[in-house]
Amino acid sequence: MAEHHDSAADGSAVELSEPRTVTSGTAVISADRFENPGLPVDHQRVTDLDPAQERKAERRIIWLFWLSLIGSVFAIAAYFIWPIEPGNMTSTRMNNLMLGIGITLGLFGIGLGAVNWAKSLMHGHEEVEPRHDTRGTEATRARAVEIFQQANAESGFTRRRLLRNSLIGALVVAPLPAVVLFRDLAPADEPHELLRHTMWEKGTRLALDPSGAPIKASDVTVGSVFHVIPESLAKLGHGDGYLEEKAKAVVLMMRLRPEELNEAEDRKDWSYDGIVAYSKICTHVGCPVALYEQQTHHLLCPCHQSEFDVANHCEVIFGPAARPLPQLPITVDAEGYLVAQSDFHEPVGPSFWERER
Amino acid sequence: MSTATTDTVTKPGPGMRFTSAAANYIDERTSASGFVRELGRKIFPDHWSFMLGEVALYSFVAILLSGTFLTFFFDPSMTATHYQGSYVPLKGVEMSVAYASTLDISFDIRGGLLMRQVHHWAALLFVASIGLHMLRVFFTGAFRKPREINWVIGFVLFILAMAEGFTGYSLPDDLLSGNGLRIIDGMVKGMPVIGVWISYLLFGGEFPGHDIVPRLYVLHIMLLPAILIALIGVHMLLLIVNKHTQFAAPGRTNQNVVGSPILPVFAAKAGGFFFIVFGAIVLIASVFTINPIWNYGPYDPSPVSAGTQPDWYIGFADGALRLVPPHWEFVFLGYTWSMNILIPILVIMVFLVLVTFYPFIEAWITGDKREHHMAERPRNAPTRTAIGAAGVTFYGVMWAGASSDLMATHFMLTIEGVIVALQISLILGPIAAYIITKRVCLALQKKDREIALHGFETGRIVRLPGGEYIEVHEPLNEYDRWRLVAHETYRPLMIRPNERGRITVGQRVRAGLSRWFFEDRIEPVTRSELERAHHHE
Ligand code: HEM
Ligand code: FES
Repeated sequence: MAEHHDSAADGSAVELSEPRTVTSGTAVISADRFENPGLPVDHQRVTDLDPAQERKAERRIIWLFWLSLIGSVFAIAAYFIWPIEPGNMTSTRMNNLMLGIGITLGLFGIGLGAVNWAKSLMHGHEEVEPRHDTRGTEATRARAVEIFQQANAESGFTRRRLLRNSLIGALVVAPLPAVVLFRDLAPADEPHELLRHTMWEKGTRLALDPSGAPIKASDVTVGSVFHVIPESLAKLGHGDGYLEEKAKAVVLMMRLRPEELNEAEDRKDWSYDGIVAYSKICTHVGCPVALYEQQTHHLLCPCHQSEFDVANHCEVIFGPAARPLPQLPITVDAEGYLVAQSDFHEPVGPSFWERER
Repeated sequence: MSTATTDTVTKPGPGMRFTSAAANYIDERTSASGFVRELGRKIFPDHWSFMLGEVALYSFVAILLSGTFLTFFFDPSMTATHYQGSYVPLKGVEMSVAYASTLDISFDIRGGLLMRQVHHWAALLFVASIGLHMLRVFFTGAFRKPREINWVIGFVLFILAMAEGFTGYSLPDDLLSGNGLRIIDGMVKGMPVIGVWISYLLFGGEFPGHDIVPRLYVLHIMLLPAILIALIGVHMLLLIVNKHTQFAAPGRTNQNVVGSPILPVFAAKAGGFFFIVFGAIVLIASVFTINPIWNYGPYDPSPVSAGTQPDWYIGFADGALRLVPPHWEFVFLGYTWSMNILIPILVIMVFLVLVTFYPFIEAWITGDKREHHMAERPRNAPTRTAIGAAGVTFYGVMWAGASSDLMATHFMLTIEGVIVALQISLILGPIAAYIITKRVCLALQKKDREIALHGFETGRIVRLPGGEYIEVHEPLNEYDRWRLVAHETYRPLMIRPNERGRITVGQRVRAGLSRWFFEDRIEPVTRSELERAHHHE
């Protein structure tokens, strides 16, 4: 903002005031266009014309600021008047509401007052400020170039090529240690190996989620659906990997009439009397699949609406998932409890790069 | 123009003496008077749409204040604990300390719930106002030279705001936040080559692990806010350097700014508006519950709650995932390629990149190197406005995708039907929006020309002596006319050989784009056209 004379031409929006010409590209600039008529005469507000109105506006604004004061004091009082009583939801609500209303008034009063003051009492005429080109003036730019040249000459930055390039090389490599430093964000296992195993193994009982009560085959009626975990999982605490194991091991168990199941030859003995167990972890991006439509035997994932057909090995019939839900081979033990024959035969959950390795 | 504002001379009272002594003290140590001279009477033009950016700024302040309060009580640890607080239904339940401390903020700290809700509502408003602000800038062409850099910064702010929102949403470690993380985990695992490793490093082992919440916490309250604040600072600095755009009006030119000075009018309006925005956020927070984490329970990989929605600004990404048709995955060279995840991510990336670089693309097409300080009316740039409408539609369809299940249950449709309809709309919708918007813009421009030439229709019919009926038109005064004729148009680019007599591919592409942009154009009324029109009457 060095020069403050108005160099702006008052006419068209495109007339250039600087001698420098800047290309206007394919813009159409016609000599025949209208002239900017210039600022119209200001209109006067009631508060400019009538002192009584002005005093009234002032009183109104004073009241708004007082309203704010009252609101803020009310908020402080509300903090004590409406405390939270343990176990009482209503007290929480009242505390939230009253405190909030007090603060709201405290803020609104100031805000409305200030805006009102600006609109009805402050000098209301529009003012004009000239704009200048954003780029520095020619003199400033020339001086900037000169400074760079001088710095270059004094340091030999472009002259001493090897020295400069060595510096650049060093600067590029210097942050790289940070990359290896992040390796220990996680322990040293092969992560994709972990994704291939769950808690299920031969003989693990199928148990209710979350109680861990084992399930007898005779308790599973046709048409029912059970949310299942490995029996041993219920004994784990959060500190011993409960959530991590559960995130892989949860299973849905349904009973259909045996003739409704279209089972592949090699999986005929994975079910027990129409009872089938499938991983509950969606093969899309891993939400728990849990909406079961009894009539159609379809499972629906609530996250992105993938649908799986239980009668056909949970193949995908709709939605963004690409693979069927993995099946858990099951049978019953000597006491009639449902047990796993083995772990899943493939990784559960979302696909990953090394999945088929 | 700048008339003096002091009409009464006030005798210096004790308050005034203190103020001037303090001002003197500060200036002698900081030369702050220079700032006041440069900025104190800086002019800000007024238009309602210019407030959108202000709303974003003010809700960010509300976020900072409420967020800082929350940090005093929130404990981002995933260590297991048995809840002993005041919320009876969860007493004794095993959960993470993070979830327990969020319950404590909600039920054992007076005003804690209010601050949580202020924080969350302000976050929603923050992202929404940035989005609307961006749309305003886009549709008025305010991103043109010299403001391209500020467009890019603003867009980065939008992305960072979403990142802040997502990391914040994940902190309480409730059922929904954990489920959101699970989806992220699944998407990360789908990335080629590095997916499993990235997930593993991110979660510090297998999902969910014990590290993700504290890690996100550092991002949420330190790294991301620091970047946000720095970028907002640069954004404001460039705003001061570039000054505000203004809509065409009498007396407003490309070489001036017309409006109110910072001191006192703009400061009072903007400062007051800050309190109004903050007050509105507190009001909403005290009346409407948001994210009642106590209803969801602690994170557990097994339960689900159908019909729950992510925060609105994540919706478009969620919807993009939903719109993928089945079976988009294959095994190639022994590795699994999860196209059902890669394609939507890629589509979103391309979309974001196009938005980021739009100002440069348009500048290249027009070849216009001048500075532009006049905000354009959307109708006067029909192709840009149509592109914007197509982009908004594309985003809107993805966003609608996130509510496909709700739409199906509400309108008694099948979920498959809704998804297929949205898949079709994702492709046809933007095309339709483009065509319709362009036609509407051109029609509005024609209408503007009519009015500029012949004035407003008054609805008054008179019978001429010759017996014919005409409608009386009220001619425009020159001030009203100026708003209709102030803009300029561009011609399509002619392909010309360069110095070496060749026509480059770049030239051809540019000419093609230029034709697409400017082939249909309606030029503003000129003086001689108006004269001719008057002669005819
Ligand atoms: C643009 C910036 C930000 C956005 C969009 C944002 C958003 C969110 C959201 C959506 C939540 C979940 C709140 C809930 O429980 O319902 C959250 C939690 C939280 N945020 Fe932020 N936040 C931002 C900046 C900050 C900053 C700067 C701080 C600290 C100075 C902060 C501190 C916290 C804390 C401590 C929590 C956890 C407490 C709780 O969940 O109740 N946030 N944030
Ligand atoms: S996670 Fe199941 S459909 Fe996406």
